[in-house]
Amino acid sequence: MGNEEQQFKTVKKSAATSGYKVVGTRPVRPDGIEKVTGRANFGADLSLPGMLTGRIVRSPHAHARIISIKTDQAMALPGVKAVVTSADFPEIGPKQRGAGEAPISFRDLSRNVMAREKALYDGHAVAAVAATTAAIADQAAALIEVEYEVLPHVLDAREAMKPDAPVLHDDIFTKGVDPKPETPSNVTQRFQFGLGDTDAGFAEAEVVVEHDFTTQCVHQGYIEPHACVVDTTEDGMATVWASSQGQFMVRNYSATLCGMDISKVRVLPAEIGGGFGGKTTVYIEPVAIMLSKKSGKPVKLVMGREDVFRATGPTSGGHAYAKIGAKKDGTIVAAELTMEYEAGAFAGSPVQFGCMTGYAPYDIPNVKAVGYDVVVNRPKVAAYRAPGAPVAAFAVESALDDLAIKLNMDPIALREKNAAKEGTQAAYGPKFQRIGFVETLEAAKDHPHYSAPLGPNQGRGVASGFWFNIGGESSAAIHVNEDGTVEVVTANPDIGGSRASMAIMAAEVLGIGVDRVKPLIADTASSAYSALTGGSRVTFAVGKAVCEAADEVVDILRARAAKVWDVDLETVEWKDGAAINTKSDEGETLTLAQIANSAGKTGGPISGAANINAAGAGPGFGTHICDVEIDPETGRTSVIRYTAIQDVGTAIHPSYVEGQLQGGAAQGIGWALNEEYIYDDKGRLQNGGFLDYRVPVASDLPMIDTVLVEVPNPGHRFGVRGVGEVPIIPPLAAVANAVAAAAGTRVNDLPISPPRLLAAIDGAK
Amino acid sequence: MAKIVLQREVAADFADGETDHNVDADDVRQLIKRLDERFPGIGKRLGDRTAVAIDGEIFQDPMLQPIQTTSEVYFLPMIEGG
Repeated sequence: MGNEEQQFKTVKKSAATSGYKVVGTRPVRPDGIEKVTGRANFGADLSLPGMLTGRIVRSPHAHARIISIKTDQAMALPGVKAVVTSADFPEIGPKQRGAGEAPISFRDLSRNVMAREKALYDGHAVAAVAATTAAIADQAAALIEVEYEVLPHVLDAREAMKPDAPVLHDDIFTKGVDPKPETPSNVTQRFQFGLGDTDAGFAEAEVVVEHDFTTQCVHQGYIEPHACVVDTTEDGMATVWASSQGQFMVRNYSATLCGMDISKVRVLPAEIGGGFGGKTTVYIEPVAIMLSKKSGKPVKLVMGREDVFRATGPTSGGHAYAKIGAKKDGTIVAAELTMEYEAGAFAGSPVQFGCMTGYAPYDIPNVKAVGYDVVVNRPKVAAYRAPGAPVAAFAVESALDDLAIKLNMDPIALREKNAAKEGTQAAYGPKFQRIGFVETLEAAKDHPHYSAPLGPNQGRGVASGFWFNIGGESSAAIHVNEDGTVEVVTANPDIGGSRASMAIMAAEVLGIGVDRVKPLIADTASSAYSALTGGSRVTFAVGKAVCEAADEVVDILRARAAKVWDVDLETVEWKDGAAINTKSDEGETLTLAQIANSAGKTGGPISGAANINAAGAGPGFGTHICDVEIDPETGRTSVIRYTAIQDVGTAIHPSYVEGQLQGGAAQGIGWALNEEYIYDDKGRLQNGGFLDYRVPVASDLPMIDTVLVEVPNPGHRFGVRGVGEVPIIPPLAAVANAVAAAAGTRVNDLPISPPRLLAAIDGAK
Repeated sequence: MAKIVLQREVAADFADGETDHNVDADDVRQLIKRLDERFPGIGKRLGDRTAVAIDGEIFQDPMLQPIQTTSEVYFLPMIEGG
C-alpha cells in the first residue's frame, strides 16, 4: 500500500467484501492511459471532411420579446451554408411527450434550445449559423439582425414571487394552491411533504431554533464545454458524435425536438470531460442537426466557456427557512422547512427533492416541508449532483448546529439521538430499509479528526446528508473472445469510473482476472437502450445488468463443458474461471479460454446479454467534518482539514469511490465559499469564466480524507449503493458550521465570501 | 388492503385532498386502475412517469411490481439525479 492509499480508511461494517477476489481491488483504470496521453477523443476532437463550423447567436437581454430575426445578410456572406432559427424547428405542443427518461416538457426544452416568442435570459439562443470557417461563422453570426422589445427582468426567487414582478410566461398559473389562481405567475408549483402535526409538535418543544438562508445558483463546473459533430445524409439519417451523460438521451431528445423518428438519429458517445448532471439534457445537438440538414454538410458546434455559463443549466439558487423544535434532552419533536428555488427560465427546479431530503436523515414525528418552484430570467437549471438536496441540507444542518449549541450538546450526539434507522418513516413518507446513517455518525465520532485540537481563529463543523439513489433501465452484453478474454459492452458514458466497475463485477462473476476483461461503451445503434449516466445509478443498475449477462455466459460455458465431457449440465460447476466436472475422479476442468477456443465445435460464439429495469437501489447517507481557519482582518476562509464519511454499500473499486467523495466535497466547498453568478443591472452575466467564477482548485484545498463505511445494500448481489450524489450534500453546512465556530457568528447567506464574513464579524462586535 | 399514500398535489387535484387510502390490488397496474375507478382521471397522472415506494423500496415508473395486502405504497415524484 502506497503512502497515498494509507491516507484513506475503509471501514467495513460487515463481511460483505470478504471472499471476493476482484471486487474491492484497485486495478489501473481502463481509460487512464488514453486520458493521460491525450489520446482520448472528447466531443470537440472529431473532424470530418467538408465539415462546417457552427456558431450560435445569443440574446444580450435578460428578458425581451423577439420582434424579428433577419438572416439575409448572413446567408449572403460567402462561405455561409446554413442559418437556423426557431422557425426551422417543429412547434411542440404543451402536452407532447417525446421519448426520454425524465418527465420533462419538450415544449420548454425546444424553446430553451432556440428561443421563439421571447428571449428569457442573457445568453438564450436565438439563431445559429454554419460556415466553412470559424471566422466566417463569427462574421455571419454578427450579421444576423434580431429586433428585440426589451422587457423588465427578475433574477431572484423571492423578487419573482412578488405580485408586481415581471411575468416570464403568461400561461403559468401556480399549481398546488387552493383556490386555483386566475392570473399568471412566476411560481409554477407549490409542493408539500410531511408527517404528523407540526403545530402540535412545536407546542411540545422546549427549545426552538429558526433561521433564514440564501444560496446562489452555482454551475457544475465541468472542464469540457458542450461539443458535438453532426453529419446528416440525404436519406434523413443524422449521425451525432457528442459528449453527454447519455447517448440515448441525446438521441431521443434530439429526435423529438427535430421532429424525427428515433431510428433516424444515431448517437456515438464521445469521451466526457465532466458532467455532474449538467450534461443530462441537450443544448446544441438539435441545432447542429438542423444546420447539417440545411447545409447538407457535417457541422461541428462547440460552446465556449462563456456560452457554458450563460446558457447551460446551473443548479438552483434560492431561499430556505428552517425551524426545529426539540426537548431539552435533544429529541426533535417538530421541524419545518420552506424553500423557494430558482428554476431559471422554465419550470422545473429540484425544489421537491429539497423538500423530500432535508429532514430525511432524521426520525422526526412532525415534519412539514414546503417548496416553491419559481421561474426567473436565468438559464434553465439542470441537474447537479443530488439535485435540490444541498440547499435543503444547508438550511437543516445549519439549524441543527445552532440547536446543538443551544442544547449544549455535541453536534454528532444530537444527530445520533435523532438518526433515521431501518424502519424509520422518512420525512417524505416511506419507511427506510437497511441504511447506514448511524454508522457514518459513529465513524465520524471515532475519527481522529473529530478530536484533534484547533488553533486560534479555527473552527470545526459537521453536517450530514441523504440521497435516494436510483436504478432504472439498463443494458449490458458480454462477448467471449476466442482466447478467453472478454468484452463487456454497456451503453453509459463513463463519468465516474464505470468502465472499471463493470469490468470488476464481470470478472468477479466469471471468476477471471480483471485484466482479461475489456469494458467498452457502445453507441445507440450497437446496444439496447440504457437510461443516462446520472443519479448515482450506473455502478448499481448497469452493474446488475452486467452481473446478469455474466451469469448467462457462465451458464453457456457450463453447458459447453458438459457437451465436451458428454455429461449432464448439473454435474458441471463453475469456479475460478473454469468448469469442473464434479463426477470426474481426475478433477477434470476446462478453463474459460479452453472452452472459448473450441466454441465453434460446441455451438458457436459465446455471449450473454441482460436488459433490465433495476430496482433495489439503497439510499446513501454521509457525514462530513470540516475545519476552517478564518482571517478576521480580510474575511478569508481557508479549509484546513476535511473528512468525508459515507455509507457506500460495497466499494467495487475503492479508489473511484474515494474520488467521488473528494470531488463532491470539493464542489460543495466551492458552493459554500466562492461560487456565485454576478449579473449587472440589466441582467447580463458578468463572470462567465473560471477566472471570475471561482471554483476551488487543488491549491485551495487540503487533502480530503475519506472513510468508506460499507453497509451492503441488500438490493444488489455485491451490496452496491450509489455514491456520487451524497458527497456534495453535507459540505455547505459543514463549512458554514465551521465558520460559525471560528468567527463566533453565523453567516446564513452563501457564498461566505470575504466581504460577507467581514460584515458578519463586524456586525457581531 | 394495502395502505396507499398519494402526493398532496395529486390528492388535491383528484381526491378532495385526501392523501391516504386503502386499496385491494395485486400490483401497481391494478392499484392505479382501482384508484382511477374511484377518482376518475387520476390513473393517467399516476401512470405517467412517477415513482412508487412499496414497503420502502422505490421503483421508477413501475407497472407490474407486486403489492401485498400489508404493503405501504407511496406515490412519489420520479427521482432524478446528477
